[in-house]
Amino acid sequence: MPVKAYNGTFGRPELIHLLKRSLFGVKKIDMTIYSGKTLSEVLNGLLGNEMAVNPPVNNYNDATLSDPTIPEGQSWVNAPYGNGTINSRRLGSFTSWWTGMMLDQAPTLREKMVLFWHNHFSTETATVGDARYSYKTNALLRTYCFGNFRELVKLVSLDPGMLKYLNGYVNTKTAPDENYARELQELFTLGKGPGSRYAESDVKAAAKVLTGYRLDANAITSIFDVTRHDTTDKQFSSFYNNTIIKGQTGVNGTKELDEMLNMIFLQNEVSLYICRRLYRFFIYYDITPAIESSFIAPLAELFRQSNYEIKPVLRAMFGSEHFFLIQNRGCMIKNPLEFTVGLCREFEITFPVKGDYVNQYYMWAYIKSQAAAFQQDIGDPPDVSGWPAYYQEPQYYELWINSDTIAKRNVFTDRFIASGYTRNNQKIVIDPIAYTSKFVNPGDPNALINDALEQLYRIDVSTATRTFLKSILLSNQVMDYYWTTAWTDHKNDPANAPKKNIVNTRLVAMYKYMMNLAEYQLA
Amino acid sequence: MKRRDFLSKAIPAGVVLPSLINGMTFKAFGASPLISALTAAGEESDRVLVLIQMNGGNDGLNMIVPLDQYSNLFKARSNIILPEKKIIKLGNYNTGIHPAMQGLSELYKEGKLNVIQSVGYPQPSFSHFRATDIWLTASDSSKVINTGWTGRYLDQEFKGYPIGYPTTAMPDPLAIQIGSFISPAFQGPSVGMGMAISDPVNFYNLVNGIQDPAPNTNAGKELTYIRQVSQQTQQYANVIKAAAAKVKVQGTYPTGNSLADQLKIVSRLIAGGLKTRIYMVNIGSFDTHAAQVNSGATETGTHANLLLKVSDAIKAFMDDLKLQNVSKRVVGMTFSEFGRRIQSNSSGGTDHGAAAPLFVFGDYVQNGVLGKNPTIPGSVNTNDNIPMQYDFRSIYGSILEKWFCVPTATLEATMLQNFQSLPIISSRAGCNGTSIDNLNAQNEGILIANFPNPFQAYTNITYKSKGGHVLIQIFDIQGRLMGTVLDQVTQSGEFSFTFDNPGYVPGLYYARLQNQDLQQVRTMMVAK
Repeated sequence: MPVKAYNGTFGRPELIHLLKRSLFGVKKIDMTIYSGKTLSEVLNGLLGNEMAVNPPVNNYNDATLSDPTIPEGQSWVNAPYGNGTINSRRLGSFTSWWTGMMLDQAPTLREKMVLFWHNHFSTETATVGDARYSYKTNALLRTYCFGNFRELVKLVSLDPGMLKYLNGYVNTKTAPDENYARELQELFTLGKGPGSRYAESDVKAAAKVLTGYRLDANAITSIFDVTRHDTTDKQFSSFYNNTIIKGQTGVNGTKELDEMLNMIFLQNEVSLYICRRLYRFFIYYDITPAIESSFIAPLAELFRQSNYEIKPVLRAMFGSEHFFLIQNRGCMIKNPLEFTVGLCREFEITFPVKGDYVNQYYMWAYIKSQAAAFQQDIGDPPDVSGWPAYYQEPQYYELWINSDTIAKRNVFTDRFIASGYTRNNQKIVIDPIAYTSKFVNPGDPNALINDALEQLYRIDVSTATRTFLKSILLSNQVMDYYWTTAWTDHKNDPANAPKKNIVNTRLVAMYKYMMNLAEYQLA
Repeated sequence: MKRRDFLSKAIPAGVVLPSLINGMTFKAFGASPLISALTAAGEESDRVLVLIQMNGGNDGLNMIVPLDQYSNLFKARSNIILPEKKIIKLGNYNTGIHPAMQGLSELYKEGKLNVIQSVGYPQPSFSHFRATDIWLTASDSSKVINTGWTGRYLDQEFKGYPIGYPTTAMPDPLAIQIGSFISPAFQGPSVGMGMAISDPVNFYNLVNGIQDPAPNTNAGKELTYIRQVSQQTQQYANVIKAAAAKVKVQGTYPTGNSLADQLKIVSRLIAGGLKTRIYMVNIGSFDTHAAQVNSGATETGTHANLLLKVSDAIKAFMDDLKLQNVSKRVVGMTFSEFGRRIQSNSSGGTDHGAAAPLFVFGDYVQNGVLGKNPTIPGSVNTNDNIPMQYDFRSIYGSILEKWFCVPTATLEATMLQNFQSLPIISSRAGCNGTSIDNLNAQNEGILIANFPNPFQAYTNITYKSKGGHVLIQIFDIQGRLMGTVLDQVTQSGEFSFTFDNPGYVPGLYYARLQNQDLQQVRTMMVAK
């Protein structure tokens, strides 16, 4: 039984639903690009190839510190380590740059998938301790974001950042360190579902298979040290059919990892687990037994049949009837990055120009810090399990919202619709007039409110709410033309400050109110 | 007839109580006039419990050291073990504390520290993920529960929350997490019972807008949830701000110590008069697989710094509470999802382990070390763990029982099973209790033994009971529960029975006897 494809109407509401889940907020240009296309064509675009990326640069030279090997504006990702101070500045550069990648994303699934994999193969820059490694891990996830999952697991296992993070680099035949071996099974491939029944002894056997890797900080890579590898036979439990991985000597020791991954990937649970992870990240957290059997199971089967290629699974998931059910629309509580980056993108906030990397990175760093204050610190998830919103029963996404974070989210939107954020004489702020001007008929308050609601909310609101929103635009008057006149007056004389002020204050009040309501938290 | 009466009156000796979960049974609590008297006063209590979570799995053997086992411990972890001379001895106990924990050792001298040895649970999980859930939900290792233990307690105590709250009797949040993330421990059966605060002074006023009906979809469910949080935030914002504003001066706290920052807020809210029952704070990075000490100076390094932070923060907190004249209202406890292996890694760290010690502190705790030093075998394998002496749920249960004077029915509904009532909180707190010395004295003799030992096919297990419920469990050296061989109510006296080896492979095992508030762990050996 294959995953049932969506055959219904593919109109604006469906397109917005699809884009809200695949991107960080939906810009007008994103809608323009995909409007009028079929679902299949849109999926082609979302899963399409993108241009190569420009790595993060030295934005951090100042009066107190100057990177001796890398000039300003040049990338440091292949440079020598330097020292702790330089490294901490590079970490700032890295996470700012990453936030910039999301802010400047093309209309494809790539950046959302990078975040998905970051949450899945969680590492913390603070623990990894070398910005170059953290960048390398990130580059790997970006390159393989739609690639082959088995290949990705293998490369992650050898990734220097991951080796550092989960102590793989000190896992030797004399002192096996089980950290990575455990998480490889518990978090990265099999999970903790009912079908995952590996034993403690499997953790220990896997740790032995993985012995021998260490880091080469000059080459920024991992190397296999034959003298550290455990060459004994590794006995796995009945869950793995009592498989024995023959101990290999010399460089052949690296082949044991391939054998072990083949053994792990024989378990159907791997595909089921990854499909559940995708479901919880992109659709909703509550996987009922019915959803497990009618949606997860066939999706996982497709995953296996596709030899663990990710792309066919994403295509089937986002193109499914299940994805477009009314039940599953608008129920995603925005994670802090969707919330902050999405706000900047949807309101088309102007950032410092390309090339002005100092100011650009300042602003990216600020957005990053705000998401961190709402409990999603890019590059530093709370631990190896990633963010609890994607695994912690029974609350899941609801964990993003509590008395502290909801208040902070409100402070954030209030600030961006009013004063914005200023640093170094540069400012990022919502321009409500510029934003509103992109609507089809902003002079008509009803049309304006419809367009704003369509973009900003995923839940339809009552007539009472619409009337209230309009009352803000009309200053509690009843005739629509008051607004039309005010808007037209401003448009005909844009340099006139009082005229501009009239529409601006009302728009500020209305958008502020819209972003304060609970509806704005959903995507 | 009430269930409690039925249990205390109707059960003849030797009858197995109805089993609830995993062979554990409900415990019948003796009727206590004090408990009954205090039952009605439950909602009026101004007592506070502060939970300190040490995330990552704390190396208990590097924090509380069994001094009489030092030589065997040295063999198992020579590259990380503390220099013997640097360890601070706790009173007359043959047990020492890490030299970085000067603050806690002072607290011990002040009579405010209870150290509990080898706390764990049967079938320990070595996964951070799962073990944390187990600690926060107080579930059996094999069970998944979606509610937190404090959430269940608060749900029992404050019926119907959040509908109708705040009330006159409970005008304040029931539980507060310092930080921006609410602990799963606060999850109640239907709603979360806690709220998060990172800055009690600048609480933000949220908009009260028009509320459209929520659609009957997943989106509607989430919308309702978000609205509920906003409303609660609004309701409690003023009381929290007001409480914080009342406290003008606080004691000195260490800087660069996130735990101290959090406890400073807790102290301020308590001193400001909040009746909030439970606070949760966190400190991370205890997952020390490698380089947990500085080689050559093992009393320094990553783990020492973490313990220093914990100790300094707690000491400053207690001093501040005293200054504010509210220290008698507060009991705190530390916990971590697991301890670490006995044997160290050659990388100077330790892998995930099982049972570990923890602290309970406050003016009303019984000062001392509860339980025996763990026995460290002369030769230790990579996978060997400290066997548990006390189930962590007994700690939770005993605090609820003896600090909050929680009635039996609430305890049963909260802990989901029976637990040992342990001498952690002093009887001066007014909910009854045995003294720690009295209990340790009763524990002195041999309560459980087996002969022959080593054995192959069978052995005779002899045990002493002071009457009441007796549980005998067998654990293997990795801490896994092999079986429950006795689970019944007995008369007082000495008993014995034959235990047939059900197929245990040769090696070292532990027999654990639990009889009311007593327990003892003895080694037994299956010979080749």
